[in-house]
Amino acid sequence: MDMIWEYLKAFLVGGLFCAIGQVLIDYTKLTPARILVSYVVAGVILGGIGVYKPLVDFAGAGATVPLTGFGYLLSKGVATAVDQHGLLGAMTGGFTAAAAGITAAILFGLLVALIFKPGDKS
Amino acid sequence: MTQNSGQPSPQEYSKMTEKYSKNTKSYKTIPKAFLIGGLICVIGQVLLNLYAMAGFDEESAGMMTSITLVFCAALLTGLKVYDNIAKHAGAGTLVPITGFANSVVSPALEFKAEGFVLGLGAKMFIIAGPVIVYGIVASVVYGVIYYFIGLFL
Repeated sequence: MDMIWEYLKAFLVGGLFCAIGQVLIDYTKLTPARILVSYVVAGVILGGIGVYKPLVDFAGAGATVPLTGFGYLLSKGVATAVDQHGLLGAMTGGFTAAAAGITAAILFGLLVALIFKPGDKS
Repeated sequence: MTQNSGQPSPQEYSKMTEKYSKNTKSYKTIPKAFLIGGLICVIGQVLLNLYAMAGFDEESAGMMTSITLVFCAALLTGLKVYDNIAKHAGAGTLVPITGFANSVVSPALEFKAEGFVLGLGAKMFIIAGPVIVYGIVASVVYGVIYYFIGLFL
């Protein structure tokens, strides 16, 4: 039962982040690129002021999988790095925390682009 | 003159496009985004639990989950499956990290014909670039604030 509740929380919170994104697409002129940028920056800010961590504790992947979670990861990485290295940590923490996701996107992006043929969009 | 020539005026035209393209279908697009986006997060949670069971610590399990989701999204983009789901899901496939992966792979594939350096290599970052730029800069700003708050508290 705990397991189901865990997945339900991830579903509801993650779904909510996406529904907000869809509202932005439907009712504002924001392009997908701007929405992704806004989500990451919002994640950094919400992580920085301490609002996002409780959400991650509550919803797990429901809060970490949306791009706000990527922003939260950046803020968490920077805080950890500043604790260890002082001001220098502000320069290194973000990329350190984001390394896995960004490297995976670059690596698999290159491999897929090399292997597959570009097709028509329909 | 243009009013009577059978062509809609710019104002009429923008009203028409608004009517046919937006609000009329929000009752469909928002629940679909919620459903598909929520499902992607549930898959993330399943992966997170599997990696935790396999003995990864919390942080590593999170990284492995991101890597796996990015891999799946990249593959599905190559197979032309992701963009077909995205047509229905809208923000549901955009907002999760899989959408970030798709935004890398899709232009990389499409602009491969323009060369491996300025085509594939450069266009890969057409959306991911700004995301990384503003994300990293925001994190540096936060890091500096965090450092100085730490000095005074």
